[in-house]
Amino acid sequence: MMSLKALLRLASLLIGTLLMGSAYAQDEGHDHGEIAHDHAEEAPATVADAHTIAHAEQGGGKFNAGKLIMDHIGDEHGWHLWGHTTLPLPVILFDTQRGLQVFSSSRFEHGHATYEGYALNESEVVAVNAAGNVDEAATANIWDISITKNVLSLFISLAILLVIFISVAKAYTRRAGQAPTGMQNLLEPIILFVRDDVAKSAIGEHKYQKYMPYLLTAFFFIFLNNLMGLVPFFPGGANLTGNIAVTLVLALITFVIVTINGNKNYWGHILAMPGVPKWVLLILTPVEILGMFLKPFVLMIRLFANITAGHIIALSFFSLIFVFGETSAGAGYGVSVMSLAFTVFMTMLELLVAFIQAYVFTFLSAMYIGAALEEHHEHKESII
Amino acid sequence: MLLASLVEPSFGLIFWMTLSFLAVLFILRKFAWKPILNGLKERETSIADALNEAKKMREDMVRMAAGNEAIMRQAREDRELLLKEARDIRDKEISEAKVRAKAEGDAILTRARADIQNEKNAAITEMKNQVASLSILVAERILKDKLETGAAQHTLVDKVMAEADLRKS
Repeated sequence: MMSLKALLRLASLLIGTLLMGSAYAQDEGHDHGEIAHDHAEEAPATVADAHTIAHAEQGGGKFNAGKLIMDHIGDEHGWHLWGHTTLPLPVILFDTQRGLQVFSSSRFEHGHATYEGYALNESEVVAVNAAGNVDEAATANIWDISITKNVLSLFISLAILLVIFISVAKAYTRRAGQAPTGMQNLLEPIILFVRDDVAKSAIGEHKYQKYMPYLLTAFFFIFLNNLMGLVPFFPGGANLTGNIAVTLVLALITFVIVTINGNKNYWGHILAMPGVPKWVLLILTPVEILGMFLKPFVLMIRLFANITAGHIIALSFFSLIFVFGETSAGAGYGVSVMSLAFTVFMTMLELLVAFIQAYVFTFLSAMYIGAALEEHHEHKESII
Repeated sequence: MLLASLVEPSFGLIFWMTLSFLAVLFILRKFAWKPILNGLKERETSIADALNEAKKMREDMVRMAAGNEAIMRQAREDRELLLKEARDIRDKEISEAKVRAKAEGDAILTRARADIQNEKNAAITEMKNQVASLSILVAERILKDKLETGAAQHTLVDKVMAEADLRKS
């Protein structure tokens, strides 16, 4: 288990290194975060949306846009609804020393209290010793499988998917052969789009059916969560498709499907590209093997980065209001008009992005599956 | 570490995501995608079938219309033929009747003429008889008158006797 956790850390380090360009900004943000954290202790608030921005301001602390944005696009124990109201969520810890621990996130009192040797440090559950300091060794033993804001959002979105599609499926059996109505009518063009323009075109007429359930589920899961991310209040507002863990799992499933279903032709192209001199293979084969992992990796990063970027931009426009509002109330009101216009524009754009990213993820997954199943010996450019 | 927390996949979310996403994937595959995709395919095939059927029926209709046309034409021809035959029969009957009537008339006329002839002959015979008897009567009277005297009777006998001698010689 420890090795798995170490692997996880390593993976995150890798991702972090790949995003080196922004590492500088990260450090700056880190410092601000520290300051904000200190302030937060004076004026307790888990900042999540515009309501609390105002609240934080009234609290006397200097407004910190970076902290606000990072808090929003990150994860948290408990779901901030409005003002001081937070929906407490269950904290589930598997402690290799102390066994399974389940308690409400309200026990932490927004990170001010410790509960049975656990405390919140920047939205992460850590083990603390009697003096109240973080116990690194004990923290390494904690496996946090709490129902966080993102997990709850995940459950809600999956429940919505289940309800919608099972009811639509009933409509198909009840009204077999008849024209679609209602919800069925709304979703049918999208289902047909995924079937005809994604699966059939990328995988091929004969083999696409086996992969339709995954492609459809992935498409609607991403699309729904992209849309829910645009809704600023409960049950929307979580940045689920902009969370690397979620995109990681989705990309991993694509990777597993491609790897399991890859035929002789696919592996032949990776391990020993036909029609290439032997000495070139020394370079090409490692590149191809790297490409095998790079494809799902890029899938993961693309969705994560696109959605997170959209959230950051929208929140940045809102933050501008409060940044200017700190210098003078008039400037704040003035900027708010601009910010609102920009946010409306951005939201429109994000609606488009929500669909495009769901499409791109599904289409590329289908392309990779199609490439793994290809029988012909055509030399196509590999698509990343 | 704000950015690090952003790009570090949290274990809890990976755990729940994998578990719940796969569960939903399998539930949806069985209870949603299968009926939906089957329904779509069935509807597509039924629509395609219906279109093909309609096409076939249209072709049948065209064929049937052509058939009808032929039947109509045939019927018209038949009617023409029947009418013509009827006309012919009528004409023939009329002409036959005429011939028969003429023959009958002729026979009647012939018979009438024969009767008339017979009657006429009879009348002539009658008249002849009467004329003969009248002549005899007249002659009788004349003779009676002429031979009333004895002299006259002697003269006559003489004359006859004379003639009889002549004839014997």
